Formats: sequence, structure tokens, C-alpha cells
Amino acid sequence: MRAQSMHFKPRAAAALGNETLQSNLKKFNSTGFTALRAGAVAEFGAGLFEILRGEGAAIRDRALANLDAWIERFESEAMRRGATVLFAETREEACGLLLDICRRHGVRKAIKSKSMLSEEAGVNEALEAAGVTPVETDLGEYILQLAGEPPSHIIAPALHKNMREVADLFESRHRTPRKSDIPLMTREAREVLRGHFLSADLGLSGGNFLIAESGSGVIVTNEGNGRMVTTLPRVHVCLTGIEKVIPTLEDFATLLRLLTRSATGQPISNYVSLFTGPRGALDRDGPEHMYFILVDAGRTGLVGGAMQEMLRCIRCGACMNHCPVYRAVGGHSYGWVYPGPMGSVLTPSYLGLENALDLPHAATLCGACSVACPVKIPLPELLRDLRQQQVERGLRPRGERLAVRAWAWTALHPRLYALATGLAARCLRLLGGRNGSIAILPFGREWTRARYFPAPKSGRTFRALYALRRNRGQTTVSRSNRG
Amino acid sequence: MRVGLFVTCLVDLMRPSIGFAALKLLEDAGCEVVVPATQTCCGQPGWNSGDRKSARELAGKLIAEFDDCPYVVVPSGSCAGMIRVHFPEVFAGEPGMRARAERLAARTYELTEFLTKVAHRPKVSASLEGTVTYHDSCSGLRELGVKAGPRQLLAKVTGLKLVEMEECETCCGFGGTFSIKFGEISAEMAERKCVHIAASGARAVVLGDLGCMLNIEGRLRRRGDTGTRVLHVAEVLAGEA
Repeated sequence: MRAQSMHFKPRAAAALGNETLQSNLKKFNSTGFTALRAGAVAEFGAGLFEILRGEGAAIRDRALANLDAWIERFESEAMRRGATVLFAETREEACGLLLDICRRHGVRKAIKSKSMLSEEAGVNEALEAAGVTPVETDLGEYILQLAGEPPSHIIAPALHKNMREVADLFESRHRTPRKSDIPLMTREAREVLRGHFLSADLGLSGGNFLIAESGSGVIVTNEGNGRMVTTLPRVHVCLTGIEKVIPTLEDFATLLRLLTRSATGQPISNYVSLFTGPRGALDRDGPEHMYFILVDAGRTGLVGGAMQEMLRCIRCGACMNHCPVYRAVGGHSYGWVYPGPMGSVLTPSYLGLENALDLPHAATLCGACSVACPVKIPLPELLRDLRQQQVERGLRPRGERLAVRAWAWTALHPRLYALATGLAARCLRLLGGRNGSIAILPFGREWTRARYFPAPKSGRTFRALYALRRNRGQTTVSRSNRG
Repeated sequence: MRVGLFVTCLVDLMRPSIGFAALKLLEDAGCEVVVPATQTCCGQPGWNSGDRKSARELAGKLIAEFDDCPYVVVPSGSCAGMIRVHFPEVFAGEPGMRARAERLAARTYELTEFLTKVAHRPKVSASLEGTVTYHDSCSGLRELGVKAGPRQLLAKVTGLKLVEMEECETCCGFGGTFSIKFGEISAEMAERKCVHIAASGARAVVLGDLGCMLNIEGRLRRRGDTGTRVLHVAEVLAGEA
């Protein structure tokens, strides 16, 4: 996927003016995943859920502390059960490995269940270029494939589209009479997809987890398409990041409890599919060939560094659901695969700090993401760290750096600071006029684009007034002493 | 009880009355209040902008100014959070300064937190007729756990009725430099806050941070609401609202 992460600000401005998106976000914000998560956490017990979050973070940390060893264990267990495990250092290599598999097995059509890594790597484009037809089978992803758009949320990819738009899309692409209600549209999509499920040569899935002790991959889904993608075609490829490995099935049970509750507020998703090797002699279904393509694409670069905690991420989407910035501007504003707070950390980490300059700043550091994160990723701390790295590498605008330095330098010199703030208090008070509101703030026009700036009520600073009061107090005391 | 009052740069410049209200509340609670005359800024703008050096210098200055205060009280969750949570991080890798930062962190409190947890039985003799709603500022709430304190204290104000608004814990969109880097997004977030305030039917929104105060008041007035008051919890409790 081509990154647009350098253009957060104009994209966000467009998003704020997009009525469909704003109306969808409004609905999403009031009745969406945050409310469902809150309900699920309350039902589980808020105190217990906190303990579970600690467990989840510890499991992920354990895996990441010995990532190479767990991956090797995964590889040997998966191979022992008949799967082929391939490694790709880059996204391009991942596409290359997938195309090799397609060629080897004469694949003409590939059905897909949701995989964010396939978005990262631009798998659909690569398959099309090689003459293989990719078909998305997750309903949201299917809609977006028809529309030629990227997802705007990691688990609700078509969040930005409304029913009318989908109806238009189905009418023109399926060439069927226009449907006006969701169950009818869903049925139509199912009917179209059914043919693809039965005629596909290869199923491509993502992987929520890789379990080292059993060599299994896992996907956690709701629509049932993932089950068909991983069992119907003769070849199954699981494409996922190397950081998804966890030690044991027991660990998986803990993380699953966290994942579904944090994502959609479900105690468990409709489908949880574990795939361990290809179809065995006694199995009645399953693929004849099973591959894992485990992709690095920047992951190992984070191990041992300041961003390592980000690799704990289990892709639930809670951080964006709770992010007031995401809730205002939606996912496309972030310009790459991962939106919201996790995206603002991952995009600069994977694509380079200089290719996503605004993202670490596109947050108020309100902390709503980190308290919702099921594996306790300190997202505001990571964003702040990225801001520091930008400053250290000279990537911030000169004016901004000078302004911060000038503020700090003045604040280090209390007398000068008193003069400056005294002057500012008087000027701002004058600017505020009779009603005390400044409509256009000099040196701060960005503030007053859609807000007034409340002027100081007194034309003097607290420190000046306090010094006056002290002096007056002392005068009173000395007078009474004299008397 | 000797208490150092850090009024914060925004109170100093924008609303000195809040500093005096905090002073009164602490004195009424029986504290001997010290106001170091050279105090300026806690360094948060530098810290959140990625300028570690600026943050470090200002943090060092503040630590020295309040070295001899057994308690430090701040009428802001954001600046109190900076001192308590982030000062030790600012001095990561400098054991001596980090220890001093940790000692300061351990005795620093947000105002309502100090009044309810340290100064037992604070006197509140204020009155304010009408319904108010409370906006939980992000740092106070999520870094310091300030939630029940301001509500307990407001309950003691004669005539005051507290109604909770929807999403009282959602950020108002201020975010320090965020508000001037992304003015449009910031104002949209403030707009959503204003909608919730209006829907609550309250005549005033009470809060504990100057940043949120300027942001919410600025958006309320711009959308034509001149009636809803925006009050700092210290002003209300000191009877100066």
C-alpha cells in the first residue's frame, strides 16, 4: 500500500468535511466498540480484567524477550506437522514467496480472509500483476475491494462507508437490482462469494497468533469466511508478522480473552480457527498444502529498542476506538495501513520517522488508548519518544524548535520571564476587549481558526499580584508594630 | 503543615484569581503556604514537544525551588502529572537527580487530591446556586487518578448540584501544542465537549486545568454560548466563582 502518511493534516481536514464519514463516526462513537468493550469489561469484572491485562502484557513480553528462540520452536513444530515455514525479510519478499507458491500449485484464483500484513505488502496488487485473481471474503474488505479503497479501521475496515454507498456499489458491480436493507445486501454478497470459495485454488489468511509449542496458526473472526478460506482450497497460506508468536496454547487462551473483549466486547468471537499443518490422512477436510509466510518488514528493528513494547500489539483496535483524534478524523487521515495511536507509532517505526512527521504529534497524549490497551502498551510514552527522536534528528521545523527553546530559556530567567509575561498579560487583556474573547490571536491563528482565545481577566500576573499583596501585608504589619 | 504552591504558568498569566483561590483553600485547611517567587514553568511544553533538554532544565529549576517544601500542591492535574509521573523519566540515566525528582514526585499533589487525601477535613464554606457538570482532565484522571476528590469537595458547596455529562472523561482537544498544531481537529474535539456540556443542562462546567478551561471556554463563546460558565474547581470551592 502506498503510504500517504506525510499528509496527515490535509487528509484530516478533508475527513472533518466529509459528511458521510462524520455521520458514521458519530454513530460509531456513541454505540460502537467502546460501549461494547465497557460492557464486556464490567461483566468480566473490572479488577479481574486489570489482572488479565497484566498477564497479557507479560505473555507478549516473554515471547518478545526470546523472539528468535520461539520462532525456531514454532518453525520446527509446524514443519513436524507437515507445514512449510518461509521467512520474508521485506514486504516485497513476502509477495515474491506468495507468487512462487501460486506458480508451484498453478493458482488462478486466491480467496483471502482479513490480513493487515497483506495490506502492508500490497498483496492484491502483486497477485493481480501475476495473473492471479484475489478475492477478499471478509464483508468489509470485500466492499472495499469493489470500491478500490483501503481499510479505515483494522477490524471494521469499511467503517467510513454507509449503507447507501454500499448499495450503489453492489448494484453497479454485481449488476443486480438495488437492495435497500442490510440483510439483503449481505445475502447478495454471500451468494457472490460462495462461488469464489468453491472455485479458488488458494486461501490466504492472516494470523492473529502463532503458537510455538504446537506449530499452529490462529485466526479470530466473526463471519465464518476465515474458516472457509483456511479449509476449502487445496493450498492455504498464512501470512503474518514474526512478532505474532506466543509460547503456549495456555498463553493463547489468556490473550483470546483479552482480544475479543477489547475489540468488539465479545466474550469470544463467533469463530476461532486453529490450523496445524495440512489435511492429515484421517482428516475429512483441510488443505493439501499448508504454508506459513512469516514477515519481518521492520519488526526485528524494534526489538531491544525504545519501541519494543509496540510489538506486544495484538491488533484489537481498542486504541483507535478510544482515541478522540481517530474518532474525529477517521482512519484514512493517517495515510497508511494502521490508523490511530498504534498507527502513529507503527508507521514512523516501519516506514521511517521522516515519512510520517505529523503522526507522533497527532495526539493530545490524553492516555485513553493506553488504559484501554489489552497488553498495556504505553502509547503516549512511545509517541513522546518518537517526538524526541524527531528533535534529535533535526526533523522538526526550525520555527517550532526555536519557539520551544525560547520559551524554556525565558522561563529559566525569572526576572525576564516576569517582564515578558507581565507584558503579555496586558496585551492579551487589551486584545480581549470588553467581552474578554480574542477572535484572532496573533502568533496563534491556528488556535482561533474555530475558537476564541479567552483573554486574561487581570492585566497582571499572579506573581506580580502576590508580590504586591506581600508587600502591602508587610507594610500593615510594620505600621501596627510602630503603633 | 508547610505547603509549597506551584501556581503553574497558565494560572500565573491567564487567571491569577485561581492561584489566590488555591492559596485560600490551603490556608483554610490550616497549611502554611509558601510561594517560591522565582517559579515559572514545569517544562511540560518541552517534554511533550520532544525537547528533552528544555524539559530537563526547567524540571531541575523547579526541583531546587521546592526542595524544602514537605508538600507541593498544584492547581492543575496536567502540571502535577508532569512532576509526579514524568520528572523521574526526565532524569533517566542521572541517578542523583532522578532520586531528587522521585522525592519531589512523592510529595506532589494536585489541589483536590491534596485537600481530600492529605489535608483531612478541608473546610468548604462556599456556595454556588445551580447545576454544574464536571470535566475530568486527562492527566489528572489517567496519570494521577483524580476522580472522586473534586466531586466530594463540590458536594460540600451549598446550593450546588452536580450532574454528570456524557463522556466526561473524554479529552476536550487541548493537548498543549496539539491545540496550535492541529487547530481544526482540536476545535472539533472541543465542539464535541461543548455539545455534551449543553446536553447536560448545567449552567457551568467545572474543571481542574487551565488548558481545558481556555479550550472549552474559547469554543463555547465562538459557538455563541455566552451563558455557560467555565470555572476552575478552586474558584468554586473558595467561594470566588
